[in-house]
Amino acid sequence: MRRSMLFLPGNNPNMLINGNCLGADAVIFDLEDAVSPDEKDAARILVRNTMRYMDFRGCEIIVRINSIDTPYWKKDIDAILPYTPGLILLPKTGTAADVLAADAYITEVEERLGLANGTVGLMPLIETALGVENAFAIASATKRIKALFLGAEDLTADLQCKRTKEGREIEYARTRLVMAARAAGVEVYDTPFTDVNDDEGIEIDASLAKSLGFSGKASISPRHVEVINRVFSPTPAEIDYAYEVMEAIALAKKQGKGAIALRGKMIDAPIVMRAERTIAMAEALGLGRREEV
Amino acid sequence: MEILKRASAGTMESSDAYVEIEPASNGLNIQLESVVKGQFGESIDRTIRQVLSEQGVENANVRVVDRGALECVLRARVETAVLRGKGEQ
Amino acid sequence: MSKLVKSIREAVILSGLKDGMTVSFHHHLRNGDFVLNMVMAEIAELGIKDLTVNASSLFDIHAPLLNHIENKVVTGLSADYISAGLGRAISQGIMDKPVQFRTHGGRPKDIATGKTPIDVAFIAAPASDAMGNCSGKYGPSACGSLGYAYADAMYAKKVVVITDNLVSYPLQDWSISESYVDYVVTVDAIGDPKGIVSGTTRITRDPVGLIMASHAAKVIETSGLLKDGFSFQTGAGGASLAAAKFLKEIMLQKGIQGSFGLGGITGYMVDMLQAGCFRNLLDVQCFDLTAVESLRNDPRHQEISAMHYAAPGSRSAVVDSLDVVILGATEIDTGFNVNVHTDSNGVIMGGSGGHSDTAAGAKLSMIIAPMFRARMPIVTDRVTCISTPGKDIDVLVTQGGIAVNPARVELRESLVAAGLPIVDIHELKEKTERITGKPKRIPHGDKVVAEVIGREGNLQDQIFSIL
Repeated sequence: MRRSMLFLPGNNPNMLINGNCLGADAVIFDLEDAVSPDEKDAARILVRNTMRYMDFRGCEIIVRINSIDTPYWKKDIDAILPYTPGLILLPKTGTAADVLAADAYITEVEERLGLANGTVGLMPLIETALGVENAFAIASATKRIKALFLGAEDLTADLQCKRTKEGREIEYARTRLVMAARAAGVEVYDTPFTDVNDDEGIEIDASLAKSLGFSGKASISPRHVEVINRVFSPTPAEIDYAYEVMEAIALAKKQGKGAIALRGKMIDAPIVMRAERTIAMAEALGLGRREEV
Repeated sequence: MEILKRASAGTMESSDAYVEIEPASNGLNIQLESVVKGQFGESIDRTIRQVLSEQGVENANVRVVDRGALECVLRARVETAVLRGKGEQ
Repeated sequence: MSKLVKSIREAVILSGLKDGMTVSFHHHLRNGDFVLNMVMAEIAELGIKDLTVNASSLFDIHAPLLNHIENKVVTGLSADYISAGLGRAISQGIMDKPVQFRTHGGRPKDIATGKTPIDVAFIAAPASDAMGNCSGKYGPSACGSLGYAYADAMYAKKVVVITDNLVSYPLQDWSISESYVDYVVTVDAIGDPKGIVSGTTRITRDPVGLIMASHAAKVIETSGLLKDGFSFQTGAGGASLAAAKFLKEIMLQKGIQGSFGLGGITGYMVDMLQAGCFRNLLDVQCFDLTAVESLRNDPRHQEISAMHYAAPGSRSAVVDSLDVVILGATEIDTGFNVNVHTDSNGVIMGGSGGHSDTAAGAKLSMIIAPMFRARMPIVTDRVTCISTPGKDIDVLVTQGGIAVNPARVELRESLVAAGLPIVDIHELKEKTERITGKPKRIPHGDKVVAEVIGREGNLQDQIFSIL
């Protein structure tokens, strides 16, 4: 479960060592944009040591490595793979070929380390017009892909438009990415909301992302994590409804009925699937079923 | 492999350490300044020597200004300085 | 009749100050105060020796005191708080007699009862008339409240008001009245406004501070105390201010109107007053310009004396009616005792101030502190110095979990039920040491350099010299 993913600059010890206390389901240790070229080596070693020595139970570690057109990305993979990050975030992914290049090298290193093929998942960061147009090809290029990730800052620069809070300019990219990811059977995560002081804005932006079908949302500020977690968690009403659906189904089975209605609506397979997902998530969050009053 | 040139790594920020290393010919000369020298001085010295030994450094002047870095951070900064001093980065 | 005298020197002579006596100062001008240094320089030149200085707090700007201590002009010190610059010299053993630390409530109580009599009180006043009606609210050196100076004015044998803003008689809206004042002196400047009050205090952007603040606000929300009539005090630290901000959001969302905000007042508390979170602010000291301005202009924002604020054993003090206080710590031990007097090397760098008073009075006293600072764990087996006893501390909030005093069973249960990350304080200590390593205890010297006097007048702990 990755409702929230918090970016942490890869060369900042104070941020990294406290990363597991900031409430995010996952943290993204950033070796790319947050690190200047002459500190790439220092950040890589610092991130590796944090993964090696710190206990991050309960908080998944994702690493944003440098893009495959730089001299750094292979060294990044060499350094972090022994400590098995939850996912590798691959920036500036434009084509399926980009993904296959990264996949080939990760496979090579996995073999070298004696790790099973596919141990470490890959999450392409889609932040160019080319990447958006190739989204399905990218998402379905290899089994290693576990999710797509939208990066709106670079994308709007590429589109030669202004990034706004309302996000009209990325509407197409958002829906296109959700469609591509779901078609390929992988998760999809939304770009950060960048105004750290706009508490209302993050709520609106996260709710929009959820309504479009995103599985979660990234953040550059710990202040946004709590809101994002709340927005991407099932509400008590949703949880109650999910249990009612499952009970109705169980009852229908017992009575040998094929179809059943709940609250005047036919319960079909998609509703059951959604209810199962809701319950699984509620249980993972310890929300369970509310006590009968 | 020995230190070929003067190099440094890390910062003076709280929770970080700043490490300087330079070539030498008469063993390891470690100079440590730390805000927690009383509480962790011996452990910090041990960590520095361990990383140097892992990296095969037998001769070097090393100056560490520790601002309360955790061991994993200190290790990272010493290793980075050593690799830079070897000209490997 | 005129109380105006030409110079500080003349006032000192007229006051009858002699060897072995006690002089007192208040600290509302904080690290911008010129008055203590000006007065002590004159006293030294007059050749008076062996004095005790009773100051509500001492800051780094008061470093010239160290010379007076070396020259035996000053042989006794009493304060509620001593900042690091002076504290280091004291920890090195510069004084023969131990410094006496009191609380902001204990100090005026001991002055009033005659336990620590004052011969001459010197009161820095941002505005005064020629008869000594004075206030902190007006003038180029305005500091707001003069709360800590009341006991000195009321009980000292002689009282000298020192001002850089003499106004025509009578000063309206005085804080301390002429009936207590013997002499008035004008000087060019009583302080440096830049050191007296800070500009706007900003809440922290540090992620650890924010997560602690968010936990703290939820603890308060869950405690059962957050309802109409709620009262609250918080410090001026970044995480405490962030907690106040989150609390304000909860109060506004739930439509809760509290009764009062207390203590050293910052612009954030003024914001809460103006937003309708409180009916009143009770102000013993202003921390920033927003607070000074609000105290001057808003009748809901009321100045109070240190006695009224916090004195133990009085008929009552405001802290006795306080619901929640958020406090800091340099160390806290597994018995919930808190140290705010020394750093973890044992060097004096603070003091109780109102820490023990508010912790004793408040229904919920909460410490906010990170699990470790610069590799030093916050939780220890035994604090270097007991500033506030563990029986008065209810909750410790860190980024790695919230520890509840085992005596507060019900509170613990409600916090667990609310899904907050509750952790046993021993486990928190072990969890932290797994990250930092176990620190070696630093040995201290044999000399007692300070005595910490508890609220009840008991000798609560001793601070030893450093090696």
